[in-house]
Amino acid sequence: MALESIARQKKVFGIVIHVALMAISLLCLLPLLWMLSTSLKPVSETMRQPPVWIPEHPQWHNYWDAFSYNSKTLGYLPFLLYARNTVVLCVLTVSGSVISNAIVAYSFARLRWPGRNVAFALTLATMMVPFPVLMVPVFALFRNLDWIGTYRPLWIPSWFGAAFNIFLLRQFFRTIPFELSEAAKIDGCSEWRIFSQIVLPLSKPALAVVALLSFLATWKDFLGPLIYLFDQKTYTLSLGLQSYQSQEAGTQWHLLMAASTMVVAPVILLFFFAQRYFIQGITFTGIKG
Amino acid sequence: MKRRKEAWTGLLFASPWIVGFGVFLAYPLAASIYLSLCDYSVLRKPVFVGLHNYAEMLHDDVFWQSLVNTAIYAGLAIPVGLAVSISLALLLNTKVRGMRFYRAAIYLPSLVPTVSLAMVGMWMFNGERGLVNQLLKYVGITGPNWMGDVAWSKPALILMALWGVGNTVVIFLAGLQDVPVSLYESASLDGANAWHKTKFVTLPMISPVIQFNLIMGIIGALQIFAEPYIMFPNGAPARSTYFYTMYLFDNAFRYTKMGYACAMGWVLFFIIFALTMLSLKASEKRVHYGGM
Repeated sequence: MALESIARQKKVFGIVIHVALMAISLLCLLPLLWMLSTSLKPVSETMRQPPVWIPEHPQWHNYWDAFSYNSKTLGYLPFLLYARNTVVLCVLTVSGSVISNAIVAYSFARLRWPGRNVAFALTLATMMVPFPVLMVPVFALFRNLDWIGTYRPLWIPSWFGAAFNIFLLRQFFRTIPFELSEAAKIDGCSEWRIFSQIVLPLSKPALAVVALLSFLATWKDFLGPLIYLFDQKTYTLSLGLQSYQSQEAGTQWHLLMAASTMVVAPVILLFFFAQRYFIQGITFTGIKG
Repeated sequence: MKRRKEAWTGLLFASPWIVGFGVFLAYPLAASIYLSLCDYSVLRKPVFVGLHNYAEMLHDDVFWQSLVNTAIYAGLAIPVGLAVSISLALLLNTKVRGMRFYRAAIYLPSLVPTVSLAMVGMWMFNGERGLVNQLLKYVGITGPNWMGDVAWSKPALILMALWGVGNTVVIFLAGLQDVPVSLYESASLDGANAWHKTKFVTLPMISPVIQFNLIMGIIGALQIFAEPYIMFPNGAPARSTYFYTMYLFDNAFRYTKMGYACAMGWVLFFIIFALTMLSLKASEKRVHYGGM
């Protein structure tokens, strides 16, 4: 009797949770689905009330129109160009941050040198500094180097390490047994070989997280390109999308949503292929560190 | 001898960061302190003016307005965000079927790049044709003009921030999964119900995670920039969405008052620092470091 009522209670509880989660999931996906739906509508349908959920005749050419927007006046396809610019930047920052952070983290994790612990504490402390404090002097520095208007301010710093990634990789490198290094040393391995042939191959998951995080940071970055890029031809997707919007003053919603979809889609595709690393990346950020 | 060699190798491996730290952090930090005491426009040499920039802030109405806007936004967005993300994490930590889908659905929006997020936000919150108001109409509510009404522009931004709460949820979820099952079992033996368990076991056990997310929330909310910058040009309507970092950015790159911008940066730094210390201090007794 008692058992039966407990079982029933549990069942009701489970249903309530299911319903709640379904409603929340729908709420979370709705803006994305609405974006996709709008991107396939003709203008007239975007204005209709009540809203049209599924476009009657999907306008796939909206994507092409968004791509080639401005192509007559500028003589090229800006969104393809923006996509290319962004990909080039991503390749440069991802390779830079994986290589430099791995090397530096190795030093902090597995080599002894005077002042190392102080240097590491300082490194962690820099994570506290908000970017607005550094914005002006860093801009002035790049201006003196004559780098304004080029991609250099956006990717060269990534080749010199970043506090958070150093921290993340250091924590990981320390979990690799030190006996492996000792044995390799006895066999006459140089430190570089221990690093590149023993530690790195064992650290692929952590390196993947760093690569992913720096890809996302570059792909999403808005403030950086906004500060440093002036020529429309050099824009990244984020900056291009924003300038597109400000020029259209919010009338061509179907084209804007098509362009937005193209900026979001690669990230979401990546999520489905590398879900594990996304979750690892976040939990590393949190408490696991 | 061997130690010496290791030290050199260590420094060599660390050298990219030593250079990067010096060039991209230490030098700009020092320069920023100095420039905050200067009249500086990037085009001409900085002129030392002492504390003038800091004094100017006291009389700058726009500065205060941007600070108050930011305080209102942060004061609402942080607690609401924490409450929502803890609740979602608790829901996602139950054992029901289809969990993989639910987790992905809640996490996915946090991946949307800021600019796309702002575009979708503008479209959803459009006063006439936006989906939000159209849905409100179904339940008989006439929605406000989110983008054009001083009273509703900040709530629109807060709702958008809630949509991207997935990251925080995942951190909470990881915290929840670290709570030892044995604690719940002994609580059950003592006759605790679900609410008791949440209040007396779960929340104390994840209190370090709450603190971490609170501090991250403070840092993020006080620096809000891209969403309002794109969605509400110049902080429209009536500067109700003109936030601290937007004014700082405009001072630096629009009015080229770069010394003033640096001074504003340092004020922001001290506000963040003070709030972080305050939240560490205030929760000293309440945060429970279980097995950590």
